[in-house]
Amino acid sequence: MTQKGKKKDSTNKLNVVFSRLDEKNQDFALTVLQTLKFTQEKQAQETNLHKISSKRKTKGRKSVETNVQQLETHAREIRLKVMESIYCAQSGHPGGSLSICDMLAVLYFDQMNVNPQAPLWEERDRFVLSKGHAAPAYYAALALRGYFPVAELQNLRKIDSFLQGHPCMKKVPGVDMSTGSLGQGLSAANGMAIMGKMDCKEYRVYCICGDGEMQEGQIWEAVMTAAHYKLDNLTLLVDNNGLQIDGEVSAVMNNMPIAEKLRSFGWNVLEIRGHDIAQIQCALKAAQQFSGAPTAIVCATIKGKGVSYMENQAGWHGAAPNQEQYEQAVRELSEEVTA
Amino acid sequence: MSTILSTREAYGAALEKLGDTYDFVVLDADLSKATQTVRFSQKYPSRFFNMGISEGDMMSTAAGMATCGKTVFASTFAIFAAGRAYEQIRNSIAYPGLNVKIGATHGGVLIGEDGASHQCIEDISLMRTLPGMTIVVPCDEISTFQAVEQAIQMNGPVYLRFGRFASEPVYQQPGDFKIGKGNVLRDGTDTAIFAIGDLVCEALKAADMLAAEGVSAAVIDMHTIKPLDSELVRFYAEKTKLLITAEDHSIIGGLGGAVAEVLAGGGSGARLKMVGIQDTFGCSGSKAQLAQKFGLTAQAICGAYKSIAENQ
Repeated sequence: MTQKGKKKDSTNKLNVVFSRLDEKNQDFALTVLQTLKFTQEKQAQETNLHKISSKRKTKGRKSVETNVQQLETHAREIRLKVMESIYCAQSGHPGGSLSICDMLAVLYFDQMNVNPQAPLWEERDRFVLSKGHAAPAYYAALALRGYFPVAELQNLRKIDSFLQGHPCMKKVPGVDMSTGSLGQGLSAANGMAIMGKMDCKEYRVYCICGDGEMQEGQIWEAVMTAAHYKLDNLTLLVDNNGLQIDGEVSAVMNNMPIAEKLRSFGWNVLEIRGHDIAQIQCALKAAQQFSGAPTAIVCATIKGKGVSYMENQAGWHGAAPNQEQYEQAVRELSEEVTA
Repeated sequence: MSTILSTREAYGAALEKLGDTYDFVVLDADLSKATQTVRFSQKYPSRFFNMGISEGDMMSTAAGMATCGKTVFASTFAIFAAGRAYEQIRNSIAYPGLNVKIGATHGGVLIGEDGASHQCIEDISLMRTLPGMTIVVPCDEISTFQAVEQAIQMNGPVYLRFGRFASEPVYQQPGDFKIGKGNVLRDGTDTAIFAIGDLVCEALKAADMLAAEGVSAAVIDMHTIKPLDSELVRFYAEKTKLLITAEDHSIIGGLGGAVAEVLAGGGSGARLKMVGIQDTFGCSGSKAQLAQKFGLTAQAICGAYKSIAENQ
């Protein structure tokens, strides 16, 4: 990374770094370090301008360095549970669940400061699944993280189960916000982030939105709000899988380029490969250290990721596999585990 | 009291005053001068958040704040709260049962010249269908203060509806105002008038007019539409056999609808006449003109009694 062009705007600099990486498809590990180093240098320079952020950094934030391979295993376990729960329910949304499993693995098994034994712990990091239909992945991550027994996942969507088709905060330990109706989760995440700042809490707030979901007008109201209130304790991950129920996002209602739009609204924007654990880790860390604006991580993902016949198929947005399909999915995901 | 405050002004004054005692935050959507939350914003700037003209975002943001244990007031006009942001209120606030108090001002047609686009006559119906939502429509300054304070004291979502213009005060001093309990302002044996908001003082006038004609009319300030004091409705259904509801709101699904639902299951055989907006949109005009045009007056309430009594 060249130091020559280093000017005042660390946002742009980081973006440049990330976009170059994507183009060149380089080995990422080295750049993770470089990027972080760069961010830290910038941060040191800007300490006086951003006191809130420095305070956050110094006060006991957990930084568990979970190794990438372990996290990949967690992601595959989440995928297997997504398939199992949807198969058992014979309904649900596998496509958009499978595309966020890597993000969830990094969030819940590495980056987020949470305690499954105390799901309502006041200091916890918050997570809002704005694209609530990806509940099977969310539930799997929570169960595997220890919030409730993994066996419960087989009751997804069944009568009297606490695992409703879309997440309900009143029923599921670990769910911080009820979602399901698209477009509302980011606003709620903003509310949590504003309260965190107002009450001088150290927690961070994470939110995952779908790219199709970002057609909702309320998302852009919330994007405005987060920038207006300088919610640098908020990180938005955009599951940019390019598909929605009726087909390609660009064909149904083109809202691309999402990253440019977010930048123009005043966000710090990073663009990464959303199934690359190391990149997700790196981007989340960079977001933690960025102050003065919220960070959006636009994640290039594959709808249905990990199950060959589901990948990039809009038809698998909201359909359950039959037995044969389910068994094939388990084989593929297990092969991956052993590979 | 030197000047009579409208319920929206009383709402603003209540927030300003109660901010000392209670820990809550206030959100508004660029209408803080009209909703009077501006008073709170000036006194507690760090606890006030202007969300701009984005009511849906405001409601969901309020919900997110409430998940952190905060009591949150979200204010705008009734049409933009219950109307535009209905689904955010439903899914972000009511479904999780979050502690958000919706301060909806400018409810009804009596808000005047702005006309039908701003005259929300369906907010009570909409909010009433939401499980767990409490709906309170105070009628004057004193009861507004009590309603706001009790809304803060209770847990869960509350829809508070306020009017734009002042009506004559119903209460001279704080009385037994309790959310969920209708307030019997005067007892009667021939009919009982259940009223909310601006129509409470009209109901009192109507009762006077009826008394002059030898008709004994009870008047009840039915400030809480949900949960409705159905016991009180049943009591007067048995006692008078002739109920009247009066509201600046559509007769479909509002106070009238709520009372009708109680009567339908009650077996008292009581009849009901609803004074309110008869399934039509509002229009521009002065408050007095609109009250005349839409039949939201003491005379209209008397007329309602006569029409039903004569058909007995």
